[in-house]
Amino acid sequence: MKQLLIGNAAVARGLYEAGCNVISSYPGTPSTEITEFAAKYEEIYCEWAPNEKVACEVSFGASLQGARTACAMKHVGLNVAADPLFTLSYTGVNGGMVICVADDPGMHSSQNEQDSRHYAIGAKVPMLEPADSQESYDFAKKAFELSEKYDTPVLLRMCTRIAHSQSIVETGERNEVGVKKYEKNPAKYIMMPGNAKKRHPFVEERTALLTELAEDCEFNRIEYTDSKIGVITSGASYQYVKEALGDSVSVYKLGLVNPLPVKSVKEFASKMDKVYVIEELDGIIESHCRNIGLDVTGKELFSCIGEFSQKTIAEAMGKEAKKAYDLAMEIPMRPPMMCAGCPHRGMYYVLAKNKVTVLGDIGCYTLGAMPPLTALDSTLCMGASISGLHGFNMAGGEESEKKSVCVIGDSTFMHSGVTGLINIAYNGSNSTVIILDNSITGMTGHQQNPTTGYNIKGDPASKIDLETLCRSVGINRVTVVDPYDLKECERVLKEELSADEPSVIISRRPCVLLKYVKPKKPLVVNKDKCKSCKKCMSFGCPAISMHDGKAEIDKTLCVGCGVCSGLCPFGAIESEVQE
Amino acid sequence: METKNIMIVGVGGQGSLLASKLLGRLLVDEGYDVKVSEVHGMSQRGGSVVTYVRYGEKVYSPIIEEGEADYIVSFEKIEAARWLSCLKKDGKIIVNTQQIDPMPVIIGAAQYPTDALDKIAEKGAFVDALDALSLAEEAGSSKAVNIVLMARLAKYFDISYDKWIEAIEKSVAPKFVELNKKAFELGYNY
Repeated sequence: MKQLLIGNAAVARGLYEAGCNVISSYPGTPSTEITEFAAKYEEIYCEWAPNEKVACEVSFGASLQGARTACAMKHVGLNVAADPLFTLSYTGVNGGMVICVADDPGMHSSQNEQDSRHYAIGAKVPMLEPADSQESYDFAKKAFELSEKYDTPVLLRMCTRIAHSQSIVETGERNEVGVKKYEKNPAKYIMMPGNAKKRHPFVEERTALLTELAEDCEFNRIEYTDSKIGVITSGASYQYVKEALGDSVSVYKLGLVNPLPVKSVKEFASKMDKVYVIEELDGIIESHCRNIGLDVTGKELFSCIGEFSQKTIAEAMGKEAKKAYDLAMEIPMRPPMMCAGCPHRGMYYVLAKNKVTVLGDIGCYTLGAMPPLTALDSTLCMGASISGLHGFNMAGGEESEKKSVCVIGDSTFMHSGVTGLINIAYNGSNSTVIILDNSITGMTGHQQNPTTGYNIKGDPASKIDLETLCRSVGINRVTVVDPYDLKECERVLKEELSADEPSVIISRRPCVLLKYVKPKKPLVVNKDKCKSCKKCMSFGCPAISMHDGKAEIDKTLCVGCGVCSGLCPFGAIESEVQE
Repeated sequence: METKNIMIVGVGGQGSLLASKLLGRLLVDEGYDVKVSEVHGMSQRGGSVVTYVRYGEKVYSPIIEEGEADYIVSFEKIEAARWLSCLKKDGKIIVNTQQIDPMPVIIGAAQYPTDALDKIAEKGAFVDALDALSLAEEAGSSKAVNIVLMARLAKYFDISYDKWIEAIEKSVAPKFVELNKKAFELGYNY
């Protein structure tokens, strides 16, 4: 059947048809939909794990049992899962195992622009990189054969433009491969030094075999048109090259991006007057070409920073720019922001008002860094707010402890925040941790997590009690506040900052975008009472703006949370809708 | 044929997803190679969003660059101006005249350029502006802005009215079909 699918849905379809039985993942843009789509197939057991390391290890266990299995994560998620990955390379697999990893060139929704191909090289495992949805589907399917034939986990590298672009896919039927027999094999699966020493040579031999495969395989292809210019490329870059340069250049398109072929690349290059390597992010293919003695042009023309497009390729190749309109006009930026009624905003307002230093984390609430609240001081990686605060306070002493906090979402806390909290309790910094519990994994588009009480299918599941969890690791002061109640938030914040022991404040209210959260009637500004003081504007709600000197509330955005009404010194924001 | 390019631009949360879904389905049914590309995640939280729809015999790049768009369908006034450089010299802009203040305007750090559409027209670009929000409300829901705008785009397309309606029937939940058909009719005949 022919369907228009985003790359991630095509990957899910490929995994499904290949007979995949178990998928465990942690959401992360742009990888999330792989698991969301896979969860729609009854035949696959799918789950959201608390983090990528757990997901990868669940996948390892399923493979050990003999099932075809996958896990999916964003590029930075693979940092978390790197520990199992590097040794999985040694153990190899029983059932085929595919690790899907999605890079984000251009950082549309990420904190860095790392290139996950380094992991394939480092862990010495094969990596496939599709260039459209059809290939996403094909490669996901074939990755299992590769995995089982070469006894290795296979990395499937997506990027934002492939993961989130829809293109036509011809799909087929599921092949029910079943679960292989599990047989105890300590030499292969118990990686203690004596065994691992014997497995390392296997890994090197495997790479040699895979390099042979790379010379002539279904994943790589050469499109000969001309002998003047040759381009070596892969993934999304291939599409930009074809768009910008068409048939005017010969193209070596790589689908197996680790290990890279040697002989066939040399042969291709030998037929060309000049060879360019065009790859997004780091110059990995380029370095490979240089290592095998080829004279190629790469990163000096095609930056390792940001996303490519047909325009960047055309410009670098000296083609004339297309005629375009130039409005010569300042258009105000429209950055993303926290929604009207977002429960995070109340807590941030209080933190900003009290001029508290705030170590932040990864999620919607990173947007608290934006004006007018500008409440954040740092954002590093998942969980770093809590561990970072401990270090910040240990270095800064009591003075720091009295005016510093960290904020972390419920899902991020489950992911890798709880270990930081254990460290605070164990090593005894007098830190104040705020868990912004909006009862969902928000930024990635509402995925369930261990604190929500539901699993990936929406069925009831065990619900972690955050208060009990925090107390059980040794935090005696645990307080729950409603972030819509600014006065209470401020009172509790001051109390906990001045306490002589570590504390956790759980700022709890569900995300306003959740279906079960019913918006209230929008509020209105009584223009006669409004004194244009702009106090409400300091709250940074997108539903409030100033028009003709008076505050105005956008009724299509307002969800009636009422926080602004409590802020107005003149009682001008009223709840009844005036017709 | 040469690949045709349509950009759908607006503000996160305005419903451009349905518009691109409808368009994608229609173009696949017409037998074209199609790519529809958008970015999910952080930028969707009230930020400026863009969807690229490309179709033709063989489509390579998923994105549209400067001077390439045959059509820009803008859900908001200044978003049309923001993406104008992507329009081909003989391209067309379909724009909803709705004004949604971005945060820098809300907090007083910037002015909303209310004359943006006039400035675009001064440059000689073809602009088809309409109050799609009112038409959508007339059809029964402010959420139908996307269908009103798609109907406007349909005016310039060589695809029959009935085929668009058929695509709507396939793209929206049954209980919203009538509302959306009404919205389409209002946008088309405006």
